[in-house]
Amino acid sequence: MLKYIAKRVAIMLAMLMLVSTMIFFLFRAMPGDATAFIVDPSMPPEARELMAERYGLNDSKWVQYTIFMKDLVRLDFGNSFFYGRPVTDLIKERMPATLILMFSAMIIAYLIGVFGGAWMAWKRGSKLESAGVTFSLIFRSAPTFWVGLMMILVFSARLRWFPAQGMRTSGYSGDTFAEIFLTLDFLKHLILPSIVAGLYFIATPLLIMRNSMLEVLSEDYIEMANAKGLKEKTVLYKHAARNALLPVVTAGALFIGSAIGGQVLIEVVFSWPGLGREIVQAVTRHDYPLAQGAFIMISALMMFMNLVADILYAVLDPRISYK
Amino acid sequence: MGKTVDVASEKKPPVKRKDSQGIIALFLKNVRKDKIALFGAVLLIFFIMVGIFADFIAPYEIRDRHYNEEGKIRRLEPPSAEHWFGTTDVGRDVFSQVVLGTRTALMVGLLAALLVTFVGSTVGIISGYFGGTVDAVLMRIVDFFYAIPFIPFVIVLSAVLNPSMWNIILAVSMLSWRTVARLVRSQVLSIAKRPFIKAAKVAGAGHTRIMLKYILPNVIPLILLEMAFMVNFAIMAEASIAFLGFGDPNAASWGQILHINFVTGNSRNAWWWMGPPGIAIVLLLLSIFFLARALEEVVDPRLRRR
Repeated sequence: MLKYIAKRVAIMLAMLMLVSTMIFFLFRAMPGDATAFIVDPSMPPEARELMAERYGLNDSKWVQYTIFMKDLVRLDFGNSFFYGRPVTDLIKERMPATLILMFSAMIIAYLIGVFGGAWMAWKRGSKLESAGVTFSLIFRSAPTFWVGLMMILVFSARLRWFPAQGMRTSGYSGDTFAEIFLTLDFLKHLILPSIVAGLYFIATPLLIMRNSMLEVLSEDYIEMANAKGLKEKTVLYKHAARNALLPVVTAGALFIGSAIGGQVLIEVVFSWPGLGREIVQAVTRHDYPLAQGAFIMISALMMFMNLVADILYAVLDPRISYK
Repeated sequence: MGKTVDVASEKKPPVKRKDSQGIIALFLKNVRKDKIALFGAVLLIFFIMVGIFADFIAPYEIRDRHYNEEGKIRRLEPPSAEHWFGTTDVGRDVFSQVVLGTRTALMVGLLAALLVTFVGSTVGIISGYFGGTVDAVLMRIVDFFYAIPFIPFVIVLSAVLNPSMWNIILAVSMLSWRTVARLVRSQVLSIAKRPFIKAAKVAGAGHTRIMLKYILPNVIPLILLEMAFMVNFAIMAEASIAFLGFGDPNAASWGQILHINFVTGNSRNAWWWMGPPGIAIVLLLLSIFFLARALEEVVDPRLRRR
């Protein structure tokens, strides 16, 4: 097992190098002069030249690439053109916001999905079941950014229940983690975006749980439990649901991985100061270092979650063994 | 000898070659049986019709600015008899834009899905059939593409290439074939082990012939199902990219309408402008999901969706 994990981590690092190489050259192929965004156009060309020199934009692509890779190993992504600060610091600042939003969305989706899915399997063939499937498909078909805009329209603009933008009311500033994230104000800001993301994710746990339950419910031991005269609820949640959970859990880790990238849209709509929104802005501003750094970071997170999914699978299901 | 035959037939039912005729017949039978699938079919035909005849249905040019009797621009007017979905901040007709957007969505969805399923199933069949080194190499490539975050990558690629519909199709396809490849491969792995493939090999059939004539027909239902999901995926991706402002500025697309609505700050008041394109996306995607249900039963009644 340990050997397997070590091998997977090694592959992961190699993949990360490849992804970084790809993203490096992709950005260098971008049309437009990067200095145009750092230097005020009204400044003389000499100033622009100086700036390009300072950021190493005049070196050959190969020299730039070797420097980039050397820095990458030390987790140094350089300085952001736009903010003029180290990219690593910026990523560290944005990361908690992205992760918190993502996990609250997952909790919402999983709470409803797991119990709802189990219940739907129990009531298979009924009208309620097909209503549940349709409900989850509707939210899978609706673009998250649009649902977000509608929610803002209804709950923020009309009803004024929740704030529509950002992570905190303007004027409020906190320094420590607790001051920023453990306040009622933050919670209020978190509710709408996490519901929107949660509704989009819900189809995954709901449908997997339902299918997995259907399979488990046809097993002999469920019949046995029923024959013993156990209560319906006991059979459903104690005997069946526990065993049906396995594929849902592993799918969850995989899903978190892909959700990080998809959350970009929700962050943009709600002006959520996370990594995803930063990447969109960085691309529009031609801020290569920041966009590269954020991209590599998201990619690393995805790979890590894939690894977690595989390990979870092996740990939870003793029938599976890795060599 | 009799024993081995028994075991084989007990574990796996004799493979009935479903040719394309059979799949379509079975699919149509399911559609007729399943009311929801039938609803999906009707809805999809409606969208396709709107897409084809968009030029005739749209009452105005999408860029035309409309003026009222007093000669003032009809800014942000709610729906009326002349403008069914109201007007935008510069007096453009929302209804015409939504109608024209149907065509973009269908084009992107269909073309990207075709490209994705073609590449994905080719890789999947080759990988599953040959196994060994070929499989290992191809699956590492698939792994690589699984490690790239989708939306951020498409944003970067759309920024590098010129914003156009074709580049969006390319960007979406580049990252989506991996899913199809993986699913088709796992199906091919189990098919390649079955006796009739061995029989074909013994009879002297070449690799290409076996893959095309014996393996492909057995994975076609799965490929078609994946294609349906890919259409949805591509439409959603196009809308998302256009919403973020990396879309083709010259094409009317649902994402583009929402992008302009959002950046001009009208998403909180002009519900008639923001609602229709979103509802159109939901309905189109739902119609395909519903239709896919009938197809899903053809593939495998217990098939798990992600």
